[in-house]
Amino acid sequence: MGEYTHHDARHGRWVARWTLLRRNPGGALGLAGVLSIVALVLVGPLIVPLDAATHLDRIYQPPTWNYPLGTDSQGRDTFSQIVHGGRSLLWVAAAAAALSTAIAVALGSLAALAGGRTGGLIMAATDIVLTVPHFPLLAVLAAFLRLQSETLLAVILGLLSWPTLARAVRAQVLSLKSREFVEAAQALGFGRGHIIAHEILPNLRSYVAISFVLATTQALYAQVGLVFLGLVPLASQHWGVMIQYGWARGAIFHSDSVYSILAPIGAIAWLKLSLVSMAGLFDDMFNPRLLGT
Amino acid sequence: MLLIPAMSQTRTAARRVTARAWNSYLLRLVGRALLTILAVSTFTFFLVRLMPGNPVDVFIHDQITTYGQTYEQALEQARGLFALDLRAPLSVQYLQYLGNLMRGDFGQSILSPGTPVIAIIGRFLPWTLFSVGLALMLSFALGVALGMLMAYRRGTWLDHALTVFATVTTVIPNYLLGILLLVFLGVQTRIIDIAAIRGSLSPGVQPEVSLAFLLDALYHAALPIVTYVLATLGGWMLTMKASTLAVLGEDYVGFARARGLPDRRIAVAYLGRNALLPLFTQLTIAVGFVVGGSALIEFVFNYQGIGFVLYDATVRRDYPVMQGVFLVITVAVVLANLLADLLYGWIDPRIDLREGRG
Repeated sequence: MGEYTHHDARHGRWVARWTLLRRNPGGALGLAGVLSIVALVLVGPLIVPLDAATHLDRIYQPPTWNYPLGTDSQGRDTFSQIVHGGRSLLWVAAAAAALSTAIAVALGSLAALAGGRTGGLIMAATDIVLTVPHFPLLAVLAAFLRLQSETLLAVILGLLSWPTLARAVRAQVLSLKSREFVEAAQALGFGRGHIIAHEILPNLRSYVAISFVLATTQALYAQVGLVFLGLVPLASQHWGVMIQYGWARGAIFHSDSVYSILAPIGAIAWLKLSLVSMAGLFDDMFNPRLLGT
Repeated sequence: MLLIPAMSQTRTAARRVTARAWNSYLLRLVGRALLTILAVSTFTFFLVRLMPGNPVDVFIHDQITTYGQTYEQALEQARGLFALDLRAPLSVQYLQYLGNLMRGDFGQSILSPGTPVIAIIGRFLPWTLFSVGLALMLSFALGVALGMLMAYRRGTWLDHALTVFATVTTVIPNYLLGILLLVFLGVQTRIIDIAAIRGSLSPGVQPEVSLAFLLDALYHAALPIVTYVLATLGGWMLTMKASTLAVLGEDYVGFARARGLPDRRIAVAYLGRNALLPLFTQLTIAVGFVVGGSALIEFVFNYQGIGFVLYDATVRRDYPVMQGVFLVITVAVVLANLLADLLYGWIDPRIDLREGRG
């Protein structure tokens, strides 16, 4: 009996999600866009071979049937580079976003639950990290740390972008703190960690999901920016490296060569647009009040 | 009759409480600004002086191995460049460093010997303040107007078109928007002569108080300004639309309508102040983002501002310049934030009750 109602509720929730998807076409498009890029980046390299050799006979060709996005200044197929160049970009952005979301949730809820001096200290640190202009700081750090490693880059990006979410989490937790179910858990003697994990986090799901997506877009901005300025010597297969390369070789100045720089710009714009639209969809999807049950 | 003095007494008491709250709000804001600057300065001191492989040690090492100097000579030279007495204990060096910063002494450029960093900053910072400041004001004003328009025309094709425009321009990173502007306005359609528009002034034009100078400065700043405006406009539009809609739903607006007040008066007196509030909180974040991103935009347009210097010094590893420029950018952003917060406190009638926002 219990099994049955549980299954029923779950089924009802999926129906509700499907309806939401149909009611929010922009969000659905965003979700489709993100899925298509993930597929392109993860599955694409298995199908499309990497074109890394120099071909002097086909430098800067406009799009043709064989080279749908043209070729670059070394005659390499732009499409093949797009397929292979998204993986490290996405990985760094997602890892940075995961780290910053984790820090934000931990510090935000701690600041709200602890209050007093600890809370004040956390909020002061939050304000400082929020105020310091991130991109110049990243540029300076890139000069000091030689950020060749993707993991190190992701960690540094993640260490900078948590404050906005931390503030939002703190505000949410402050309002949740006085609700009956949290007070009940406190009265039952559950520890702070348990209350955060079991009572507060489930209610922050939509916040966390949206912030994760937005943090990913922020990490994209900074990451590609650093690569574009040539401050981060990343592996050669990277949309940012393609832009930097095209820029340095003057690809913007000719109508046949311009595709080799427009293609990675378009890919990044497509990815960011999809992510932001998807964030709007998450807002509807995770909102328990909109899902019934 | 007896009530009146009592009322005026409570009113002065209320005013005193308000004044105290405003003062503490002000104090807290200023304290936070100073704390931020101190934290960032300490952090840069750590980077320049304490980190393994820090530039001071590297410089001394290079002077000895490459130029055959003695340790003493190298130490003396490093002392001039970094404005630090390297023989003193680290704690003394730290205090010395903070004292130097307060006096505006950031040391000297490694790559252009004899040039104080502060002179470089003084030469390039005004261009960034000019272009970024003008762009932010333009985009704020435009965004507020368009956002209100969208709220009043909600659901129409105009609202949908503007929403799509706002989303797309906000989402594309501003430096990529800059490249797209160069490609489509400069190269493909030749509307703009990109060779002539580079830099911050045309050759031969000197800074002076004249119309010719102003026009030339505006001409060269046009592309960066358009990029900043395009990249930030959408955010203002969408926020303004949402907050106007929220205020339009309030009872007091309905009541003002019912009293027969004209729409224009409602828009200015009732909507303006209340709908603008959420935008001011955003302004602080926007300032940091735009000033911080100026390195990228000025690189794209070869605009000779402070961001360009930061890029240049970083690529060429001119550490004193890099550090000075970074600190100045941080201070500019902190001060702009302080200003935005003060404006917010001034414009928000509730601020004295809440003693600032959490």
